[in-house]
Amino acid sequence: MAHTDAHSSRLGRLLRGIALTAVVVFFLFPIVWIVMMSFQTNEQILRIPPRLVFEPTLINYKALISGKLVTAAGSLDLPFMRNLGNSVLLSAVSVLVSLVLGVPAAYAFARFRFRLGENIAFTLLSFRFAPPLLVLLPLSLYFQDLGLANTYTGLIWVYQLICLPLILWIVRGYFEDASPDVEHAYRVDGHSWWRAFTRIAIPLAGPGIAAAGLLAFIFAWNNFVFALILASADKQPVTVGALAFVTASGIQYGQIAAAIVLSILPTLALALYAQRWLVEGLSLGAVKG
Amino acid sequence: MSDQRGLSVHALEVTFGRNHLLRGIDLDVARGETLVLFGPSGVGKTVLLRAVAGLEPAARGQIIIDGRDVTTRGPDARGLGMAFQNFALYPHMSARDNIASPLVARGVAREERERRVGAVADLLRIAHVLGHAPRELSNGQKQRTALARALIGAPGVLLLDDPLRNVDAKLRYEMRLELPRLLRNAGAATLYVTQDYREAMALGDRVAILLDGTIAQLAAPEDIYDRPASRAVARLFGDPPINLLACRPTDGAGGVQVTAAGLRRVLTADRGAIGRECLLGLRPDAIDVHAQPRPGAAPAELVATTPLHERLVVLLRSAGGEEVVASVLGAVPAPGSQVWFSAETAHAALFDAASGARIAAAAPIMEAA
Repeated sequence: MAHTDAHSSRLGRLLRGIALTAVVVFFLFPIVWIVMMSFQTNEQILRIPPRLVFEPTLINYKALISGKLVTAAGSLDLPFMRNLGNSVLLSAVSVLVSLVLGVPAAYAFARFRFRLGENIAFTLLSFRFAPPLLVLLPLSLYFQDLGLANTYTGLIWVYQLICLPLILWIVRGYFEDASPDVEHAYRVDGHSWWRAFTRIAIPLAGPGIAAAGLLAFIFAWNNFVFALILASADKQPVTVGALAFVTASGIQYGQIAAAIVLSILPTLALALYAQRWLVEGLSLGAVKG
Repeated sequence: MSDQRGLSVHALEVTFGRNHLLRGIDLDVARGETLVLFGPSGVGKTVLLRAVAGLEPAARGQIIIDGRDVTTRGPDARGLGMAFQNFALYPHMSARDNIASPLVARGVAREERERRVGAVADLLRIAHVLGHAPRELSNGQKQRTALARALIGAPGVLLLDDPLRNVDAKLRYEMRLELPRLLRNAGAATLYVTQDYREAMALGDRVAILLDGTIAQLAAPEDIYDRPASRAVARLFGDPPINLLACRPTDGAGGVQVTAAGLRRVLTADRGAIGRECLLGLRPDAIDVHAQPRPGAAPAELVATTPLHERLVVLLRSAGGEEVVASVLGAVPAPGSQVWFSAETAHAALFDAASGARIAAAAPIMEAA
């Protein structure tokens, strides 16, 4: 380490350390604070001035998991765990359906030029331009008539508005980046079109599909307004269910914090798992160089 | 033609919108023969290969392989081997699985697959890297892996799209020596695309020159080099390119007399050339440079030299200001010197200046100025 260039000079390293720390504190502080809040009672949280050192309690998690919220005004049923289950179900199935529909469509848009192709692709993207409230009123009326209101099927269908365009456009870019020659070579080897698609095209677009799936999952997970209008209590995801913490006797900050921590966990776990996929394969040198 | 073993292409056309990239292409390649497709970049050599492989949806015409009309068959049902210019290896598979892919497609048993992959890998000297992923291979190894994949199925037709383009010079020479033997052993009808006329000379039993969407000349490589069908073919095939010197032939004893760049020659040519604007084509390696005047040699200034392989490429400026390129063995005087140059006209060609078509099959009559 005898170099004296800017990158390894002591001052440079120090400044870089400070800058990195500032960034990390800036982004992670709210999350750390919420994690700390989730281990405190409402009284502890509302103390002024707030304290960094406290006696941790699991009361918030107990209330959430048991489904009983005990407040000064009495006991209240809290379907949080059911909401969490709904979130997992709705997001996962929505993303799966979107992948099954969107990946072949993305391949078609990337590889073939057909009439109105660009228009169709753009129309699908435009679903993301419209504010959800614009479509919600007519949609809820149709759903009442069709018997889709307050069903998982109906919600998953509406969630396609969130997931499908995202997956279609991200995965399309990955297919376009891959050289068609690699698939052609596989075809010339004697493999069918379908095998070239499943054995070559999809694995090569794997990182893109993983990234798009993860993003779509997060967007679906965080959706609020579709589920608020189209689902009643037993079909609601956590985002809507969290409204229950605003009770007659006040806002249950401790439970809200614990609920946030619990509802971050599935997406966090998925992100950590998918991260492996995101990095791996991005560096695969498909063709020369 | 359709009953012969090998590849037949009839009336092939490829049209993109209004752009007729290829039209009226007819080719017959016998088993064991290597036909080189040669032409400038963008002329449609790769598109022609893709059309034969069934990868070009815009292609019209007939493709017959070993007597079987495969025009309407997909690329997987034509029994081809193909090596792409960019190698097109499967990045998520090992070199071994890359090479075995055509055998997997045919449902060959694992032991048999292993044996044949081992054999072809030995042949191409990549047995030690079979376990590697493509990104761990050098360009030369990638190229050999792609070649092994094309060869392993013992295909009736082999399509090689400029396979030596992306490898270094040393390996290109090695492969130029090895490939004829490999291709002969493969016994396939081979279409070989290249832009390098030396590769065409080294590998082609015959060469098809593609120009403006059609085959401008189809002949043995030596024939094309010595007797190019047109000015365009002559300019394309050869490096350094042929000298084209303006001249107007006159009536001479025993032929037509040509005076160009201070050289006077009598060629046995069609007497119709007399009095027309023509171009005399002289290969650089047919021109000799002398430090002293001698009979038949024309004076010139030596402008510059540059080495090319074992030869020296010399740029001369004649007394009339015309630039002449010579490719000589041995030393020449320093740039700026006064020199004399002579031409060996056994293979000189005469082209009509207006149409570019070849006029004369020149005969070796040497005449002093």
